Amino acid sequence: MTAATGESVLQGQGVLGRPLDSREDPRLLRGEAKYVADIDLPGTAHMAILGSPVAHARILSIDTKAAEQLPGVLKVATAADFTDVMPLPCIWIPGGVESHFPPHPYGLPGARPVLTGDAVRHVGDPIAAVVAETPRQAAAALAAIEVEYEPLPVVTRADEALREGAPQLHEAVPGNLNAYWTCGDKDRTDAAIAEAEVTVELDLVNQRTINSPIEPRGAVGDYDPATGEYTLYATTQGPHNHRFLLSALVLGIPFNKLRVVAPTVGGSFGTKGYLYPDMPLVLLLSKALGRPVKWVDTRTGLMNSTVQGRDHRQHVTLAGTRDGRITAVRATSHANLGAYPSTIGPGVATALMGRSISGMYDIDAAFCEVYAAFTNTVPLGAQRGSGRAEAAFLMERLVDRYASEIGMDPAAVRRKNLVPKEKFPYDNGLGWTYDSGDYQLNFDRAIELSGYADMPARKTEARARGKRLGVGIASYVAICGVGPSTRMSKEGMLGGTWESANIRVHPTGEVTVTVGSASTGQSHGTVFAQVAADELGIDPDTVQVYEGDTLKAPYGQGTYGSRSYSMAAPAIALTARKIKGKLVKAGAVFLGIPEEKVVYAGGKVYEEGNEENAKTFAELAMAMWYGWGLPPEIEPALDETTHFDPPDFNYPFGTHVAVVEIDELTGDTEVVAYTAVDDAGNIGNPKVALGQIEGSIVHGLGQALMEHAEYDENGLLLSSDLGHYALPRAFDAPFFALDKTTTPSPHNPLGAKGAGEIATVPPAAAVVNAVVDALSDLGVIHIDMPVTPEKVWRRLRGEAQ
Amino acid sequence: MDLTLNVNGRPREFTAEPNELLVERLRDGLGLTGTKVGCDTGQCGSCVVRLDGRSAKSCLVLTVAAAGREVTTIEGVATPGGELTGLQEALRQEHGTQCGFCTPGMVMALGELVENTADGDAPTEPEIREWLTGNLCRCTGYHSVVRGVQRACAAARAEAPGTDAVGDAMADAVTAASGQEG
Repeated sequence: MTAATGESVLQGQGVLGRPLDSREDPRLLRGEAKYVADIDLPGTAHMAILGSPVAHARILSIDTKAAEQLPGVLKVATAADFTDVMPLPCIWIPGGVESHFPPHPYGLPGARPVLTGDAVRHVGDPIAAVVAETPRQAAAALAAIEVEYEPLPVVTRADEALREGAPQLHEAVPGNLNAYWTCGDKDRTDAAIAEAEVTVELDLVNQRTINSPIEPRGAVGDYDPATGEYTLYATTQGPHNHRFLLSALVLGIPFNKLRVVAPTVGGSFGTKGYLYPDMPLVLLLSKALGRPVKWVDTRTGLMNSTVQGRDHRQHVTLAGTRDGRITAVRATSHANLGAYPSTIGPGVATALMGRSISGMYDIDAAFCEVYAAFTNTVPLGAQRGSGRAEAAFLMERLVDRYASEIGMDPAAVRRKNLVPKEKFPYDNGLGWTYDSGDYQLNFDRAIELSGYADMPARKTEARARGKRLGVGIASYVAICGVGPSTRMSKEGMLGGTWESANIRVHPTGEVTVTVGSASTGQSHGTVFAQVAADELGIDPDTVQVYEGDTLKAPYGQGTYGSRSYSMAAPAIALTARKIKGKLVKAGAVFLGIPEEKVVYAGGKVYEEGNEENAKTFAELAMAMWYGWGLPPEIEPALDETTHFDPPDFNYPFGTHVAVVEIDELTGDTEVVAYTAVDDAGNIGNPKVALGQIEGSIVHGLGQALMEHAEYDENGLLLSSDLGHYALPRAFDAPFFALDKTTTPSPHNPLGAKGAGEIATVPPAAAVVNAVVDALSDLGVIHIDMPVTPEKVWRRLRGEAQ
Repeated sequence: MDLTLNVNGRPREFTAEPNELLVERLRDGLGLTGTKVGCDTGQCGSCVVRLDGRSAKSCLVLTVAAAGREVTTIEGVATPGGELTGLQEALRQEHGTQCGFCTPGMVMALGELVENTADGDAPTEPEIREWLTGNLCRCTGYHSVVRGVQRACAAARAEAPGTDAVGDAMADAVTAASGQEG
């Protein structure tokens, strides 16, 4: 039942679905994998970036003379050097609603320039770049750049930024409002709330967090004057996307003169899909200096420059009957976009969050509105489970609040409101149509596995030890598989979101799969080989997977939103089917039989009813390479590509149950048991998926218990290194009780749903529900994250939030 | 100043600035890039190497302080492209990596734990988690790493003279792991 090892979640019959060891692991374990910081091109010069020390100021002057004289310094660049370079585009602009952005990426009001010259808008805002012979010389020169600032007032909260008289960030964006975005039916929802037997409300803060991949970002630019070609090696989860954005929209260079390479990338969780100033800078400065230019961020630099996550302040209302039927949900959210619109930040803060708020429940009326505002903080972006985690948090807190109000068990309330199996596909009234699911099965399994019925006894036992035990449930639906390109255009996405795969069968029978996706640690090389091998009926060890280099890989959008397995893998499967189709036609020629008598199975073609008359995959590969005797309608060789644009998204879901114990004396909250039952459709490699699910849960626990990007009133990020920003460590999580249900998605040929980050969605809600449960007899109805010992200690002593 | 480091069993002579960090020397000076820099402040453990056999964060050690000492980096643990050590193999079997950036530091830190337990008591799960405190991982949630260490310790104990047979040790590890699931 439980899944401490990969084997127990094994599901498939063939190569696919088996927990094969990750073929990436040995080189990672030996330290042989090359990350950006490990790239050392001959003649490399090193770049450092001067970030603003203040959150908001007009720049009166920048004097670089002293810095230029320092040893080893080759170039000091400011905004004045890049007047012909476009600002960094935002390509996810909340669609169909009032927005300050025109529907074209050029010249967006508020868009971030490569270097800022007029004003700084957050601590870390890039002002100048130094290139020197060594990293130390470049870093040392930053201190010699003299910048004169005229301080401006600072605002760091979205709700405050929208108040009259608030400090203004961008002249072109009056009132700091980037977008007012809504979904659902306001009138219907308001009416349902007005007429309801019971209503409950909560004010929630979904605190700002920092993804903190352990590898900071980096970039190496290499311009070749002989060919006019640029190469960018970068920490990117979407090399094709970065190529498109940089060449077409920022630098204005021909698309085919820019190559983007993602080497091994050390985690991302959403942050490395964004366009950052360092990327165009290393390219432009490499051209200016005639040398490769390399930049590697520091941890504090990352904290002050890489997109941050979550950050909503919400007022939420739920209406229902006295007997536990939810009739309406309404959310008003103030989302903090930070100082500039990041590449897709506005879409994350609106559509990804708002359309997901009703979760697993069949609710008649729902409405969400988001005020997305600019403030003097680091730009907002995606964070593992982005948008969906914020939605699950508000809904699952509301359900518990409602259950408490009507005196009903929280599990019973949830059970009563789950979307029933027969209602799929289910239109949630907020813009998503859930593809498939058996929510009751999933929910019941989680409740049973968690030992929910034993909790009263466990609470009594814990009290005898001076501990308060609390149990919290959180269910979720996570939109994944971005996506149907046309559908995404309606969400305001400027660009296609399909995915592609190429399969090339070599004359010797080995196979190369290339995909547009790019791994940031998801073992694509293993799992994608399984997909191709399974379809073709061949040994996965004969399949090699390449990705991450725009020169070699077919176009694709990259790895984000748990989309690789449900987007790139179907593209591989469909391509393999093209190969098979061609081999059936060719097989008829080679076997001398009609096509309808040809069977492709087990890595060979043979005559139906006569398996002796057969050609193996390797024989066919060589024959197709020679091309002898093929009729004109069959081209020689085996090389096929598919661009997969699904009919709709897919919707994984699940239920998690957290059990916490709170120490009466210290207020310390310990997660003592955690149960997760997730449904990601058909899974390609259970060992790989298990690792991502475990990591995701711990990430979610981090938000619940310790993570907080905290800004002071001057806009200084107080938690700007790992000594001040707490990440979960090995002793912060118990082993988990994991299980799964399997509801295949009808929207791709593998029945796959997103898996990688979905388990990050519910833990924060589950833990806070558990903490509130443990403190409920004190009259506590909500506690803000992170649930620190001090906060709990104060509540134990009767202090208000 | 001129000094000598013994790196992975080989003496290396060079001139170092007084404020040079060991991790800079290893990565930039000696090209041993398996040691990673994740945080600059000694928090993440991606830069752990062994100094005279004890694990140490090389971003917190001045190169001059390592002069004359034995430095072992991840490159000195297994031959390039060659056979993995017991710990590495166990981590592979449990998929104790994902992006792999923290992995070399973990292997260096955990190697000491596994060695210590080869002829002593097997570490308990809390002890393994305590030992891992100095290494941050954002991908795995640590569980697969802990399982890998349990597997590696069991194998090391089984191979050590005077201890139980391989099968018994593995059975112990499996029992311990199953007790932690729920």
